[in-house]
Amino acid sequence: MDTKSEIIAQFTQVAREHDKRLAPLTDDLALLDSGLDSLCFAIVVARLETSLGKDPFSEDEDARFPVTFGDFIRFYENATR
Amino acid sequence: MMVGLDAKATWDELVHGSILEDRSIDLRGQSVLVATSDQFRAAAALIELDGIARRVVLYPPDLSREHLPYVAKTAEADILVSDLPEIASMTHGMGSVIHCGRSIVPRNADSGAVIETEWVLLTSGTTGRPKLALHTLSSLADSAWHTDPSSGSTVWSTFYDMRRYGGLHIFLHAALTGTSLVLSSAQESTADFLTRAGAHGVTHISGTPSHWRRVLMSSLADRIAPEYIRMSGEIVDQAILNQVKLQYPHTRVAHTFASTEAGVGFYVDDGLMGFSPELLTQNPRVEIKVQDGTLRIRSTRTASRYLGADSPALKDADGFVDTGDTVELRQGRFYFTGRRDGIINVGGFKVHPEEVEAVINRHPVVAMSLVKAKKNPITGSLVIADVVLKTLSGKGSEASQQDILQYCRAELDPHKVPTAINIVAMLAIGDSGKLVRRA
Repeated sequence: MDTKSEIIAQFTQVAREHDKRLAPLTDDLALLDSGLDSLCFAIVVARLETSLGKDPFSEDEDARFPVTFGDFIRFYENATR
Repeated sequence: MMVGLDAKATWDELVHGSILEDRSIDLRGQSVLVATSDQFRAAAALIELDGIARRVVLYPPDLSREHLPYVAKTAEADILVSDLPEIASMTHGMGSVIHCGRSIVPRNADSGAVIETEWVLLTSGTTGRPKLALHTLSSLADSAWHTDPSSGSTVWSTFYDMRRYGGLHIFLHAALTGTSLVLSSAQESTADFLTRAGAHGVTHISGTPSHWRRVLMSSLADRIAPEYIRMSGEIVDQAILNQVKLQYPHTRVAHTFASTEAGVGFYVDDGLMGFSPELLTQNPRVEIKVQDGTLRIRSTRTASRYLGADSPALKDADGFVDTGDTVELRQGRFYFTGRRDGIINVGGFKVHPEEVEAVINRHPVVAMSLVKAKKNPITGSLVIADVVLKTLSGKGSEASQQDILQYCRAELDPHKVPTAINIVAMLAIGDSGKLVRRA
């Protein structure tokens, strides 16, 4: 599965587990409007670390935090570890 | 009678005998550090040293040897008592070494006055050096005298090591009342210990909930048929109380709150987890209160202080020991929720690992669990769990993971639900009998 599909799968899965209503995952969707709370994001990040083998948030603590869903995908696509 | 793995003696032999080369003259008035290979030797040495030595330090078996010089210095130890060649070959800063043998020889009468010996118990700090808590025989024995009613045919045993408070408490009760005691051994598996305890007809036995979970996972749990089981040292959840009762339907199952610093607080024998608020005021000799969410105890059973110049205060200005154990009042009953210093912070929400473990342990496929923090860049931490399944759960591990997660979601607030369940073969239990928790 490619990075984008994996991210979409995790967003969908975590939203379902937490009874969150997930907004349509378009590139310009602001993450804050996605329907996920910070706990959900934390879980998505933890699971992506397992499935993709990378955690770009911990890789560079000064990195600009992704704002939109598109940023989020690029953040992972550009991460090396 | 006191029975070890490979040695035994009557209480009379122990009181009138010597396991320390009959060196009362050299030991009188000294501070003595006891670091032996097994409990039997340590117990025999304790009986011999009490009333003669100024101070006795019990070095627990699981404490790293690297702390020996620090402990010796802090306790101002003059003499090292050991049977371990690797320890006894050096003095570690102490004046001399006395060999602790295995055989007990008659002791020559010592005409000196009886000294009120200070007993030093070591508690494992969460990091680094151990803390040295100062007791006397009277602070330790105060609760030992009042322990569970025993009949003439009582045989006590405990999974605890007697060099820790939980084991020492049982040892003192047995020694002071002349009750038979079967000591456990670190060299023995749970199954072997159960077999030996059963062969000696053990009627009363104590341990941590983790010890008892191991017993229930052992195929030899039926080797013992105790009248009385007591749990302490960790939070007792309803699942373990019920499961022990199911395994031993004719046994009285109780739990108790005790710690090295605070001594024995109270006993709970109504078969339920937590405790009734009435227990706070039930015993006029033990004052118990809940302040800022933690249990505090003031009694003659508490340690008096920590040794060491830069040690923290053991009691507050009013003489209460803050146990650091957090409790919550829910529908008229107090429940332990965890340790103040063990809290996992998930995005500002506090999670007590023990609370989550209690829920996981209620699931029918679960034998035991350990909840811990996983670092997370969004919330600081997330909760994850290592789970040991019962062998005959009949389900695959993946199905069990999902089942357990669903159960947690139904029972817990979202931030308390583990984000990952790792199925593991076994969880580490330290020599203190508690689950090994690492940050």
